[in-house]
Amino acid sequence: MQEAMIARAKELLADGSVSRVMGWKKGEFSYDISPAVFENADQLVDFVYDDFCGANVSKYLINESKKEGKILAFLKPCDSYSFAQLLKEHRIDREKVYVIGIPSYGKADINKIRAKGIDGVLGIKSEGTDFIVDTIYGEEKIAKFEAMSERCLTCKSKKHVDVDEMMGEEGEWNAESKRFDKVAELEAMTPDERFEFWRGELSRCIRCNACRNVCPACTCVSCVFDNPNSDINNKAAASSFEENMFHIIRAFHVAGRCTDCGECSRVCPQNIPLHLLNRKFIKDINELYGQYQAGANADEKYPMVNFTFDDCEPGIVYKRGGNQ
Amino acid sequence: MVKLNVSKLNDFFAAIAAEEKLYIPVDSADGAAFRPYEAGMEMSKACNSTRSAKDFFFPQVENLVNFKVDHNKKSIEIIDNRTEAEDFVIFGVRACDMASFEILDRVYLSDPVDSYYKNRRDHGVIVTAACGRPQETCFCTAFGIDASNPAGDVTTWFVGDDVYFKANTEKGEALVAKVAAIGESAEEKPVEDFKAGVKFMMGRLPIKDIKLDKISARGLMENFNSPIWDDEFKTCLGCGTCTFVCPTCQCFDVREFKTNEGVIRFRCWDSCMYSDFTQMSHGNNRVSQKERFRQRFMHKLVYFPNNNEGIYGCVGCGRCLRSCPQSLNIVKVAKALGGKD
Repeated sequence: MQEAMIARAKELLADGSVSRVMGWKKGEFSYDISPAVFENADQLVDFVYDDFCGANVSKYLINESKKEGKILAFLKPCDSYSFAQLLKEHRIDREKVYVIGIPSYGKADINKIRAKGIDGVLGIKSEGTDFIVDTIYGEEKIAKFEAMSERCLTCKSKKHVDVDEMMGEEGEWNAESKRFDKVAELEAMTPDERFEFWRGELSRCIRCNACRNVCPACTCVSCVFDNPNSDINNKAAASSFEENMFHIIRAFHVAGRCTDCGECSRVCPQNIPLHLLNRKFIKDINELYGQYQAGANADEKYPMVNFTFDDCEPGIVYKRGGNQ
Repeated sequence: MVKLNVSKLNDFFAAIAAEEKLYIPVDSADGAAFRPYEAGMEMSKACNSTRSAKDFFFPQVENLVNFKVDHNKKSIEIIDNRTEAEDFVIFGVRACDMASFEILDRVYLSDPVDSYYKNRRDHGVIVTAACGRPQETCFCTAFGIDASNPAGDVTTWFVGDDVYFKANTEKGEALVAKVAAIGESAEEKPVEDFKAGVKFMMGRLPIKDIKLDKISARGLMENFNSPIWDDEFKTCLGCGTCTFVCPTCQCFDVREFKTNEGVIRFRCWDSCMYSDFTQMSHGNNRVSQKERFRQRFMHKLVYFPNNNEGIYGCVGCGRCLRSCPQSLNIVKVAKALGGKD
């Protein structure tokens, strides 16, 4: 796949259809891949597409589409939802991007490999359903599904939206996805238990802002938390109250626009399952307003900015056990 | 030198914890993390903690002073809430983090001395642990750090079923006296063999040979104007992860948090990756992520050694390699800047 992608990128660069390529660049080891913009065919020598290209590249297209010329972007199914949502919000100039959809069969997470006690990882080779891991301390083997990231194990869709061209085989929407199971588990807790759960998770936050900065739904030119005049900009939480509020406010802000790409949890250096906050909103929207997938349909109005006479009453909160 | 069977380590921990606060690295949801010792805790076997040990001397958030406002009396009361003058012991600091304290000392103990930092340094006892299982992301050897023989008030080596202790300072001797009570005196030979083994492993690590001398040989402006900055920053998210997990990043901001009764004045880590970092009335000198990105690496690889007898502002702990969301890091930058050959 990787070689075919490089060849196609070279073709499009050569005939002048595009002037840059958005993709992934290899690192020092086999797992530390960075998203990258390739300015010419020579730079494509570092282009890579493999099991570790989990990073969503859609958000970069906001800035890239402001530059001269057209950019070729290779998008995985989940990246394409973020891309389509950004188009809907008029954040990307569609004319400036040529999208090639590429399949993703699930991406690996180096932290899951490390959690299995495999350390000192130098290289990782794909062999059938296994990874052969070359480490400083010898060779190890791990089944791919054991190394797969949580978001891929509960993948919602292997089907793209809004691509100009497909390479490889197009997939299907996965109606069987178990992505809301953990949310349901949290909903079944008592409020005190749930509060304890989130205090445990959010108290580890170091306010590095990685979740916000990677999030394709967080695209304010200047975030309220960065604005010195907003009175709420803080680089660290002065109290545990603030610590909770940052993430909750952010989840509210992206509600209805979050496509569930899972980047927030992937990038968190403190391993906080932030995607669960967003999934709770998605699950609620599905239950209260009918099935809705952000980014799936360019013409559909999203429930948070729409009004219909069938909308649920605010009293739903009390019915669900909230305090009167 | 004194040794103690690993099974008795918790007795030693309990003896310290009975008198002062003791922190040890334990496995947690966010990887190995230093936590206050409680009976029965098991020490983590991880190569290093996710967050660095700088937190003990330069915490992420530190309340400087509180102001209590009484609107009726139209008065402001200043409340001293300083707590940094408490004795504590950190156990299990690695050589890279120990070296980072020397870098922080150059900043915070030079004139004007930062009294918050100094109090913590004076009241902390550091027990280091030699590395036994270096990782692919380790490159401390590039900065002349010996992972097999860290400094600190006390140095420990975990060899087989034994922990070997050696005191390096007066504070350290008092601590090792507690080991002597439950342990036994030991020969140096097993430790010397262990050190040789670690050195052999360090020599095999993949990223130990970054070409720092090439960067240093070039002038400041040549590095500053290098074309590599145009490329390297492009997918940097501008988050503060690298700066927050870094044991040598030392920048802070002073902020005020308004409460109903007054103001909490605190300082917190700042990051050169942020748009409002060193913001002045005219705006910001570093207008785009390219300048911010360049600042961080120029500071560590060029400005800091220029001002500190050639000592780099990096200790090769590898945390940024593990934590950067997009896997951009100092090794990739140093290789691009220094050249690959």
